[in-house]
Amino acid sequence: MGLGFDIAHMLAGLMVLASLLLLYQDRLTALINVLRLHGFILALAVAWQAHIQSAPELFVSAAIALLVKALVIPGALDRIVERLGIHRNVETVGGIGLTMFAGMALVALSLRVMLPVTAAADPVSRQDIALALSVVLIGLLIMVTRRNALGQVAGFLSLENGIDLAAAGARGMPLVVELSVAFSVLIAFIVIGIFLFRIRERFDTIDLAALESFRGERR
Amino acid sequence: MMGAVAIEALQMAFVLLAAPGLVGIVRAVEARFLRREGPPLIQPYRQLARLLGKEVVLAHNASWLFRTAPYLILALTWVAASVVPTFSTHIVFARLGDLIVITALLGAARFVLALAGLDIGTSFGGIGASREVMFASLAEPAMLMIVVTLAITAGSTQLSSIAAFMLSPVLGLRISLALALVALVIVALAENGRIPVDNPATHLELTMVHEAMVLEYSGRHLAMIELAAALKLLLMISLIVCIFFPFGLGGTGAAGFLLGLASYAAKLGIAAVLLGIFEVSLAKMRVFRVPELLGAGLMLGLLATLLLYVSRSL
Amino acid sequence: MIPVLLAGTAVLLALALAGAVMKGPGRALYAAASLVAFLSACLALISLPARPETLVLPLGLPWLGWHFRLDPLSALFLFVVDLGAAASSLFAIGYGRHEADPGRVLPFFPLFLASLQLVVLAADAFSFLFSWELMSLASWALVLAQHRDRESIRAGYVYLVMAVLSGLALLLCFGLLASAAGSYAFAAMRLAHPAPGLAVLALLLALIGAGAKAGLVPLHAWLPLAHPAAPSQVSALMSGVMTKVAVYAFLRIAFGLLPVPPGWAGLLVLALGGITSVLGVLYALMQHDLKRLLAYHTVENIGIIFIGIGLAMVFRAAGGEEAAAALALTAALFHVLNHSLFKSLLFFGAGAVDRATGTRDMERGGGLIHRMPQTAFFFLIGCAAISALPPLNGFVSEWLTFQAILLGPGLPAWGPKIIIPVAGALLALAASLAAACFVKAFGITFLGRPRSREAAEAAETDSFSLSAMGVLATLCFLAGIFPAAVINAFAPVSHALLGVAMPAQSHLPWGTIIPVAAARSSYDGSAIFLLILAVTVLAIAGARRLAAHAVRRAPAWDCGFPDPHPVTQYTASSFAEPIRRVFGPVLFGAASIVRMPPPGATAPAQIRSVLHDRLWELFYDPLATGVARLAEAANHLQFLTIRRYLFFVFAALVMLLFSLALFQ
Repeated sequence: MGLGFDIAHMLAGLMVLASLLLLYQDRLTALINVLRLHGFILALAVAWQAHIQSAPELFVSAAIALLVKALVIPGALDRIVERLGIHRNVETVGGIGLTMFAGMALVALSLRVMLPVTAAADPVSRQDIALALSVVLIGLLIMVTRRNALGQVAGFLSLENGIDLAAAGARGMPLVVELSVAFSVLIAFIVIGIFLFRIRERFDTIDLAALESFRGERR
Repeated sequence: MMGAVAIEALQMAFVLLAAPGLVGIVRAVEARFLRREGPPLIQPYRQLARLLGKEVVLAHNASWLFRTAPYLILALTWVAASVVPTFSTHIVFARLGDLIVITALLGAARFVLALAGLDIGTSFGGIGASREVMFASLAEPAMLMIVVTLAITAGSTQLSSIAAFMLSPVLGLRISLALALVALVIVALAENGRIPVDNPATHLELTMVHEAMVLEYSGRHLAMIELAAALKLLLMISLIVCIFFPFGLGGTGAAGFLLGLASYAAKLGIAAVLLGIFEVSLAKMRVFRVPELLGAGLMLGLLATLLLYVSRSL
Repeated sequence: MIPVLLAGTAVLLALALAGAVMKGPGRALYAAASLVAFLSACLALISLPARPETLVLPLGLPWLGWHFRLDPLSALFLFVVDLGAAASSLFAIGYGRHEADPGRVLPFFPLFLASLQLVVLAADAFSFLFSWELMSLASWALVLAQHRDRESIRAGYVYLVMAVLSGLALLLCFGLLASAAGSYAFAAMRLAHPAPGLAVLALLLALIGAGAKAGLVPLHAWLPLAHPAAPSQVSALMSGVMTKVAVYAFLRIAFGLLPVPPGWAGLLVLALGGITSVLGVLYALMQHDLKRLLAYHTVENIGIIFIGIGLAMVFRAAGGEEAAAALALTAALFHVLNHSLFKSLLFFGAGAVDRATGTRDMERGGGLIHRMPQTAFFFLIGCAAISALPPLNGFVSEWLTFQAILLGPGLPAWGPKIIIPVAGALLALAASLAAACFVKAFGITFLGRPRSREAAEAAETDSFSLSAMGVLATLCFLAGIFPAAVINAFAPVSHALLGVAMPAQSHLPWGTIIPVAAARSSYDGSAIFLLILAVTVLAIAGARRLAAHAVRRAPAWDCGFPDPHPVTQYTASSFAEPIRRVFGPVLFGAASIVRMPPPGATAPAQIRSVLHDRLWELFYDPLATGVARLAEAANHLQFLTIRRYLFFVFAALVMLLFSLALFQ
């Protein structure tokens, strides 16, 4: 326990904070910027794990995270927003206080669940995994509360970042798995991106309410 | 014991005398950044002197509460400031109360001020008072969540103990404390009505809060209120400095006190400059965005507490 | 001591009989009741540190007798009861002359006082429940004193339903306890060891029974209806004292009669307390009827008391944390005393305003600080005390509760670690909202310009009412600046319930209190008060010396646009608007409907705010419709032939026998 733990803890905590910021943010461009920050912190956290675990292959993961999640995907999202002409859109999120409180409750829940279960593990991975679970849960919460397809994409990506964080903390997840996860995210992202344009072409909006009413769903 | 009393008296005199100067520095920095000449640093003192020399114009239906409120507000703020260790942890009044007591004393001052705002029965007084209590209803819980974070970390709510803990080497690097610092800055901005929460430099604007409450005051009453406002700004800065940057605070002996005094003055100056820069680079928020900002402060406090559970004590 | 106390109760019962035949406002009756209550309060205070004593009278059930017991817990609550009773009787000496129909108040008021004393002294289930129901019925009769008022009738009806629920829950609770003990006497229950499941069930029933009487959310709905409907001296008793008797019932059962309950039960009480405190104060903020605002505030304060009790239960269950449990319990008891003082004071003030202006509606008040200066001053002290402002008493108990909360994260279990800080956030939220609420209550009613002719012509109330308020305000002040004495006085209670008490505070200089350790936290009420006083005097003297003395009276400045009409002032609703806008949409489904006519149109612009009582809609309405449906379905049973009825009786008998055969 020392500086190594402190920095790992701080980076993981910052990821939770960035997730909560994503939950709070209602402007699309700012949302993407927070997502970029999220990816950047992830890269730092993974790199720090590589350093304290002396696991060089994790540096590769960190580089992938930096490249894909902090640079490529947010950049692409920026372009999508620009091309769709929705960069000034403000998404109305109903009841921000309640959503934030739910986010905090999820953090508390994941600590409550994870810490007793992992009592035997070493503190660095314990706190990493507990906080990673909260990042994942908040990502899900973002996907549930957002009405805008782009917001849902942001939630999905932050969720994936959380999984990455857990993998980095839990020593010994093979690089192959890591690579394939990253690849699948990229694929998913491309698919989503294409869908966004298709949805937009068809309904003239990417507000999911249009899709729901098209399917005859009740809100 | 006598030494401690002397230090306490020195501190109480110092904070009262330094407070207007602090406001002067903030205004000068802002003026420079706006490429204005700006008033001289002693302008706040001159203004107080001028107000003291003027006659008091009281509304016809002002009650005794309206006339005593300025003195009470000043007294409550000053007493709160006397409990904060500013340049030495060896002050006698430190045991009178902890961080919660300081928060409550400021709350009492706000209670009196809001009542004074309602006393004349004008719409401006009402708008100021109702908004002030709305801000406070979120700022105070945020403050207490910060207290919880500090109490878990340092095992105390007593400011001198917290400062001593922060100086000790077991501290390490903790994200919870960073979150608590951000939350405390948000609370301090709201408590003092600074940008982005309120604009201390406006009049006749519907969004004003503090200035709307004190609109009917004049002469020596207004001087007391302005002095109390300046003192409150100094108090909140002293709190932040004492909790998060307590360097030079623990010294004993004449040299130690001189060092403490010098570092305190330097810290106040730096804080004033930072506040000035912060204020010119930001716009005032819409009133109903402020609860979101304060709510964020509250959430940061809660998150800081939660994250503490996975920190070193794990 | 018990026989003397019972003699006092007997005098009160005799006064109730006298009240039934009395004519006139009954000043002598109130004076006698006040004297009796005051004497019993003194006796209770003396016997607080004394050894428990018991007495059995050959009354009640023949084989059981009527058990009385005076131990520290009952002595403390007897003191609270009698102090409130003495003050409200004193208030009523002057206030009673306004009563339109004193025959509807005079017999029941002493009866109510007597029943309150009997509940606290009872030491067996029968006498407890008998006194409890007597208390409910007497107060119900007092709620219906203004029986021609539609609101009162509804209030009385809802109150009766909830009182029955509360009595039923307590009856079942005592039934469970008695089945384990084999006797209805508390002494036997204390020695019994009920099965864990049974004990938890009994605890939950006690929580429902006492919670419904105290006003714990969601069982609070009757309270803001019933408390304001009664005459003000009774409102003060119901809010300030009767809710405390409910707290007593819960403490007696949870700490006195049951084995140590599991930790989650404490967390449940804690969570309910936190939710109750915040919801209570938010509801209070939305009111513009002064007495109803105060009644909702009682809900908030009950929440704070239950936060303390819940913490004490959590610490007690954790094992090895008895000192923390003693701190939390002392904080709760301190708040019990405080709330009985300032809530009675505030209800007296509201009653005086009601009589002076003829309305409880704050929107028709204003400017009363000029017409009723003494009432205003005492009411202001009450407002500051209930808003937890130092150096008054409300702050001390909330500060102690907070100190107990800060010990929560040190517990090893994860549930308390997370829930206790959240409860702390709720407590802080409730406290700051309470300050907002009382700025509104005092500011709109007493400050500003009069909004109605009645308010402009109001006159100061009588000297008996004023002296009752003055006594309570003084006590609020004294308890605030000498908290150490109060904490030390509570030590026997904590000893009796937990085996330990907070460290003695008396050896400390001034009035310093140190709940845990000096390096952790301390508070010195008297020094803070003296310092504030000294600095205020210094500031005034300084201004006298340095500043110009001239004072000129002039019209209000108001940014150069003074509007002489008092309608332009902020009202109670407009004062609460910012807070309604922040908290309302989620909690109350609040919405503002603005109708703005187009430019040039002559129609007036309108704004209407809509609030939903979500708890009422989600909890009570479905219950009421369910009961109505059931009744509807059972209705046609009334129109059957005699043969069918016989069949039902026969079928029931066979079913009974059958089940007997099955389970034997």
